[in-house]
Amino acid sequence: MAKYKLKEMKATRLGFGEALVEIGHQNPNLVVIGADVTGSVRTDLFKNAFPERFFSVGIAEQDMIGTAAGLAVAGKVPVASTYGEFATGRPYDQIRQSVAYSKLNVKICASHCGITVGPDGATHQALEDIALMRVLPNMIVLSPSDYIEAKKMIKAVINYNGPAYVRFFRDNTPVFNDENAPFEIGKSIELIDGNDVTIIACGIQVWESILAAEELSTEGVSVRVINMHTIKPIDKNGIIKAAKETGAIVTAEDHQIHGGLGSAVAEVLTQNYPVPQEFVAIKDKFGESGNGIELMKYYGISKDGIVDAVKKVLRRKSTEKMELKYEK
Amino acid sequence: MEKLNIEKLYEMARQLRRDVIKMLVISKSGHSGGPIGLAEIFSALYFNVLNIDPKNPKWVERDYFFLSAGHLAPVWYTALARAGYFPLDELATLRKLHSRLQGHPAPAHTHGAPGIEVASGSLGQGLSIAVGCALGLRLDAKKNRVYVLLGDGELNEGQIWEAAMTAAHHRVSNLTAIVDRNDCQIDNYTHVVMNLEPLVDKWKAFGWNVIECNGHSIEEFLDSVEKSKQCKDKPSVIIAKTFMGNNISFMHNNYKWHGVPPNEEQARQALSELSPTSFGDFIKFDWENN
Ligand SMILES: Cc1ncc(C[n+]2csc(CCOP(=O)(O)OP(=O)(O)O)c2C)c(N)n1
Ligand SMILES: [Mg+2]
Repeated sequence: MAKYKLKEMKATRLGFGEALVEIGHQNPNLVVIGADVTGSVRTDLFKNAFPERFFSVGIAEQDMIGTAAGLAVAGKVPVASTYGEFATGRPYDQIRQSVAYSKLNVKICASHCGITVGPDGATHQALEDIALMRVLPNMIVLSPSDYIEAKKMIKAVINYNGPAYVRFFRDNTPVFNDENAPFEIGKSIELIDGNDVTIIACGIQVWESILAAEELSTEGVSVRVINMHTIKPIDKNGIIKAAKETGAIVTAEDHQIHGGLGSAVAEVLTQNYPVPQEFVAIKDKFGESGNGIELMKYYGISKDGIVDAVKKVLRRKSTEKMELKYEK
Repeated sequence: MEKLNIEKLYEMARQLRRDVIKMLVISKSGHSGGPIGLAEIFSALYFNVLNIDPKNPKWVERDYFFLSAGHLAPVWYTALARAGYFPLDELATLRKLHSRLQGHPAPAHTHGAPGIEVASGSLGQGLSIAVGCALGLRLDAKKNRVYVLLGDGELNEGQIWEAAMTAAHHRVSNLTAIVDRNDCQIDNYTHVVMNLEPLVDKWKAFGWNVIECNGHSIEEFLDSVEKSKQCKDKPSVIIAKTFMGNNISFMHNNYKWHGVPPNEEQARQALSELSPTSFGDFIKFDWENN
């Protein structure tokens, strides 16, 4: 174990902003739309590098999505970016009709997602964005686990032709991914091998899952950790394989329990290879102000919450097995 | 509630500024510039204009106030506390876990503070809510008046203009909207991010009674509110010209102060520019003596 070292703390949104500039040099069709939070979502880097390819729409998220759709019709590759809640909730119908249904090449890239946005409170904590985007036909949904993966992800998403939603975070978070590891949309990454149970995580919870696996290994539990960076299209084969080989699943995400990564994984399990699953997620509640780390703990989505969920699912695994035997 | 005279209202405005600085230096997170620029307007609203009973926030005869631009919460919280809605020392809990003073306002019946009717923080939604409330009150032939405060950057949101049409269409005259015209938003000056001018003509064209004033002159603001009440066939909007961070030299008219708190040294500087008042601070820091 201990394969993953914390290299430094850096924000996924910074990886996004830097990658946009790199791609901008190669792809003259890349355009960015800003809605008065460009410094926060780090599209300011692109704005400064390519001012003629940056468009400010003011604080008008619905207009931002519509403008992006029009730019896509004109052959551009538009990146529309603001905070997660205002990128998905506010312009939902514009995304549904003008982007997803119309199947236009619009990239919705949101920062400040999840409870870790912290002190701004519930209004600014996007906790339903994965669910909202995941249910839209034609839309793909991704979330990086660190700064390095954010860069690779945005490059893959710009190369992909079609509507996409990418979810970034505000805080500086642990950087641990391998620069040279391949990245493919829809192909999950097994970070740690194990046979007793699998944790499937996305975003910040990937690192928390690594910490949980390390802690549990000292108690003799062999935990597999999968980075499910693409929530849609979800890596069905990866999930089924993990279910078959470990017999128990824990999902972990900084999102509501309904409709997010956990639901996506459950949909695969129930239809293919049902095994006990526990959900580490926000339990159908709005968030509140506080600092990010404190809130992750309070809402039970940090390492400790994941460890508890693993123990619970392992108990279910053994009792449910016994019940099955008994029925026979 | 007893109304303060003009002199006291100015003194209260200075106290609200001191409170905002102190709250933010404790929370280490939050919006300084907009709230500081609104001290006169909040002093005038809560200590003269609004017909309210802070000990009975749900009093049926109350005037309704909506803060559409929820990020301006710090100055609202201090005005609410000073008016008596909740204890002054609660101001030190801004943005902390389990505080009623959420980063963006939440109503008391969720986990927010008394005096708050509806959550805000997602810009552009407050005018519709105010129009709905005004329509409801009119339906019941009630005398209560509805006030709503909007940021000027917030006017970028399309919903504002949808609500502006609804209000004019239904001749909602028991409503006064106030626009904080500080020409600042997050990314830059408002005229750089998204031009709003000619703003007065826009509101007029939408069918509103438009009143312009200097938002740092309490006399002018009170006079504007009076004028808005006199208008019986249209909704009224007061376009209050303010400066972000007004009365604090290093914040004055600087959009970079939109969303950041002062550090200790900046707080010390700011407080030295705002002399103490007879209302007294809600907290005294160790470093204030030196
Ligand atoms: C729907 C929505 N989009 C974006 C934001 C982020 N945001 C918060 S305040 C702000 C700028 C508001 O400008 P203004 O209303 O002029 O307030 P001021 O900067 O003068 O305080 C922005 C873009 C938000 N809170 N809500
Ligand atoms: Mg403004």
